[in-house]
Amino acid sequence: MADLTHLIAEAAADFSNSASMNDLEIAKAKYLGKSGLLTDALKGLGKLSAEERPAAGAAINVVKQAVEASLNARREAILNAEQAKQLAQESIDVSLPARAQSQGGLHPVTLTLKRVEQLFHSIGFEVATGPEIETDFYNFTALNIPEDHPARAMHDTFYIDEANVLRTHTSPVQARYMENALKNNQTPPFKIIAPGRVYRVDSDATHSPMFHQVEGLWVDENISFANLKGVVQDFLQKFFERDDLTVRFRPSFFPFTEPSAEMDMSWNGGWLEIGGCGMVHPEVFKHVNIDSEKYRGFAFGLGVERLTMLRYGVNDLRHFFNNDLRFLSQFR
Amino acid sequence: MQFSENWLRSLVNTDLDSQALSHALTMAGLEVEEMEPVAAPFSKVVVAKILSAEKHPDADRLQVCKVDVGLAEPLQIVCGAPNARAGLLAPCALVGAELPGFAIKQAKVRGVESFGMMCSSKELGISDEATGLLELDSDAVVGQDIREHLDLNDHLFTLKLTPNRSDCLSLVGIARDVGAITGAATSFEEINPAVVELQQTKNVTVTEATACPRYAGRLVSGINAKAATPAWMVKRLERSGLRSISAVVDITNYVLLALGQPMHAFDAAKLNGDINVRFAKTGESLELLNDSTIEMKADDLVIADAQGAVALAGIMGGKPTSVTDETTDVFLESAFFVPSVIAGKARRLGLSTDSSYRFERGVDFGNTRNALEYATALILEVCGGKAGAVVEVIGTLPVRQPVQLRMQRLISVLGVSLEQEKVAQLLAQLGFSYAVAGDVFTVTPPSYRFDITIEEDLIEEVARLHGYDHIPATPPVAALTMLAAPERQLHLNQVRATLVAAGYQEVVTYSFVDESWERDLLGNNAPIKLKNPIASNLSVMRTSLWGGLLETLCYNLNRKQDRTFLFEIGAIFHQLADAYHESTRISGLAYGSAKPEQWSATNAEIDFFDVKANVEALVGKECSYEKAEHSALHPGQSAKILLNGKAIGWLGKLHPKWQQHYELPKNTYLFELDASAVLSRQLPTYQEVSKLLPVRRDVAIVLDENIAVETVLSAIRKASIPLVQDVALFDLYQGKGIAENKKSLALSVLMHDTQKTLTDNDADTVITNLLQLLQTNFDAVLRN
Repeated sequence: MADLTHLIAEAAADFSNSASMNDLEIAKAKYLGKSGLLTDALKGLGKLSAEERPAAGAAINVVKQAVEASLNARREAILNAEQAKQLAQESIDVSLPARAQSQGGLHPVTLTLKRVEQLFHSIGFEVATGPEIETDFYNFTALNIPEDHPARAMHDTFYIDEANVLRTHTSPVQARYMENALKNNQTPPFKIIAPGRVYRVDSDATHSPMFHQVEGLWVDENISFANLKGVVQDFLQKFFERDDLTVRFRPSFFPFTEPSAEMDMSWNGGWLEIGGCGMVHPEVFKHVNIDSEKYRGFAFGLGVERLTMLRYGVNDLRHFFNNDLRFLSQFR
Repeated sequence: MQFSENWLRSLVNTDLDSQALSHALTMAGLEVEEMEPVAAPFSKVVVAKILSAEKHPDADRLQVCKVDVGLAEPLQIVCGAPNARAGLLAPCALVGAELPGFAIKQAKVRGVESFGMMCSSKELGISDEATGLLELDSDAVVGQDIREHLDLNDHLFTLKLTPNRSDCLSLVGIARDVGAITGAATSFEEINPAVVELQQTKNVTVTEATACPRYAGRLVSGINAKAATPAWMVKRLERSGLRSISAVVDITNYVLLALGQPMHAFDAAKLNGDINVRFAKTGESLELLNDSTIEMKADDLVIADAQGAVALAGIMGGKPTSVTDETTDVFLESAFFVPSVIAGKARRLGLSTDSSYRFERGVDFGNTRNALEYATALILEVCGGKAGAVVEVIGTLPVRQPVQLRMQRLISVLGVSLEQEKVAQLLAQLGFSYAVAGDVFTVTPPSYRFDITIEEDLIEEVARLHGYDHIPATPPVAALTMLAAPERQLHLNQVRATLVAAGYQEVVTYSFVDESWERDLLGNNAPIKLKNPIASNLSVMRTSLWGGLLETLCYNLNRKQDRTFLFEIGAIFHQLADAYHESTRISGLAYGSAKPEQWSATNAEIDFFDVKANVEALVGKECSYEKAEHSALHPGQSAKILLNGKAIGWLGKLHPKWQQHYELPKNTYLFELDASAVLSRQLPTYQEVSKLLPVRRDVAIVLDENIAVETVLSAIRKASIPLVQDVALFDLYQGKGIAENKKSLALSVLMHDTQKTLTDNDADTVITNLLQLLQTNFDAVLRN
């Protein structure tokens, strides 16, 4: 039987000359195909004697395995080259701008309200709401502001008719909430905040006829004025993320709280007024049938636009209602 | 309330400087809104006397004056003022003086040496305009510092008083409170009753004793109404913001400012018969001091004589009986009208006066007669004359009920520990009389305090004098319980997040809108109207948020923003029967290209189905969309959104006529949803997940083009054909190969069975049933 060892080198040369998988298949056929050289050699074993056959077979197999190994190596090399080529073709400019999606955003007043709600929620305050067309009774009378009281003149009220107004503050929610809670057999503690739109007949650079307030109310057996200071100070420090921020309370007058105070906040070396507050007036408790000997409470009202302006450095109130996208998009 | 600091300091002796006084007032609840110096700082200006004034040799309008400034030698000063003349006393700025804005140097004026400057009030910064030198009174002392002479080292304080503190609407009242706050001593002028030299009196009857529990009056006759008001009084009035008018009027105003008691002076010669305090008669009218004539109502209290009303009690006097320069006899009135009678009247009549302002808040009824005597004394001093006896009618005056103050309550309300002794001291500083039993004070408030009726009033007084700053900031201690977390109720912030993710910018627009938006855009002819809108285009309450969104779109288009996606969440308002009803709406507007302009996408304009996707992201897939017409929307591209058969909103393209009206170059799409429908949702419930693979069959049907796709799909879903899990539309075709007025729908039908693998036979049966259903309901046929 002829020595076939030379086929190993010949096949390897043929394989490496094959540039594509197709060429390689043709080259493979020459050695391993149906009538390939090695296939033929194996077929020829039958003609040998039984004694010669094992050794000759083994010799052919050695050659065949070597050829197959060289075939596989080449096959992998070609595959790798083809893949590399494809990858090179698929290369892109990764610095191109991303596919643009529309980007919306929240109104800055909403950003503030979200923070206010989140902070008060963290100490157990729930959100309560009330109507914006409010009855004269809840907007004034239930808050201890009777007809013709001079305090009504402080309120520049929008009237709908004799008995209904656009609420001038979020304080009516206090009375409505407590009344409703008691109707449903709930008793204090009551801890609510009431954010929302309020209205005053006033429009200039620093006043808008519509703006937002957040009312807060905490009624319980042992609530004190010192607690009011504590909660307000805690809130402002957390809201502005400033531990050095201090709050100053100044005596003031609201018919629905007593003692009453204006809240000032330290800011850039001075004081800024940010809202009114006080201990719930016994008359307010009386209107909703809460025993003011047993329970006490504090209430406060914060100006949301004011907080927002300070938080983000907005210098003109009118921005909030002009809705200029160049302004609004700054808060995304 | 504006006043001169020096006047206040003449009544209360406090060591605090101006800044500290201002701070103390503010921190005690009398907020100092403004504190400004009477005159800007300046120096080296003295009272000077012009000894001679000669014409300047080289200038027509200038004079060369010799001026005595109290030095050994007179100064030569060139002056251009028209009123510069020999003998005139006027301010002179010496060389080295610093005036507001400039300094005085020795100078040559047109060749003549000048050693100073004669000054006008404008040059001293004490008035905005002046026509010549400030002419000083003849009693001015030459050489005296002008700041002292004119009392310019003074501040104007403006207090923003809260309505409860009517007791501080006078200098005496403020001084009293400064005394209470600081512990400083007050010194008030003692007022002695005038000597009665006149026999005549005027009879007074009070018909409405409840409305006017105290009325005091007296005649003063033989006065000189033309007498000049003393300079000190003019100055105090001016520094309180009141112009000097005439001696009698000035004196009544002065007493009002000093004591807080509104006064009125009638020309006695013009009064007919007795004085009567009564309510106005029907149809009675009165010409007032401000020249207006008012028709009074039956609850307007008047001062009347025998012929009719002569003054609107506590608000304004009548013109016919007012004091003039010719008046020789006056009838002075000092009265107490109860707040509830005056309250609201001035506002109703549009006549807020210093008098009504005080009466409606409460005037000290213990000081009525004292004020009358004070006014009398000032009239006698300034105008001369003789005073008659005081005629006074006193009914039932308010009684100050004792109020209890429990130490325990005080401490627990304030959350600060206070010594009982300290509290006693503060009450004493306030001038409140009290008795103590154990740890309970029983306090009787004085007549000038109308705001002390319950324990809290006293707690507030103690707190404000103790100082709010001295109350600690203490976090409350409370039982911890968790808050409810309802899962079936979404928060509006989740809705906001969805819209923001879809590219919408939140806006906030006014709840009151232009009536034409409601009428024309929304077809609402009866919106809720404001009685007193701030502007005619903000006069009615909105029933939709679209008007505001469209206005915002236009505002931004004018600012070159040509791709605008907006949303607002807010209340809308309806009147239902007699009640007002409001609900929260989620409203959106989309305008411009579907995607931001970019290199990798076409610039296609947004269409109905883009916006429908945004709506679906909010309401879920449970909703159906029914073609319906809306005055704002394109009739062919608008849908009513239904959830379980109930209308919850609208979606559509802005009607072309509105597009034209608003001058919008591109299409605009709008939606509006009822928030309550959007916010409620079902809890997820588990359905068994099949281990077997689903089978999909596609089927194309042809049917009438007017049949809404949703009708077809929901009919299939409703029929609950066994094994059918879902049916979806994946193609819609009209045109070649499909008959006119017909359309082809390609549906994918997903089937599965949790128990067994489906066979072709099973699937065929399903499709047969489906086609049967569509044939029966919609006359649909299988497309070939």
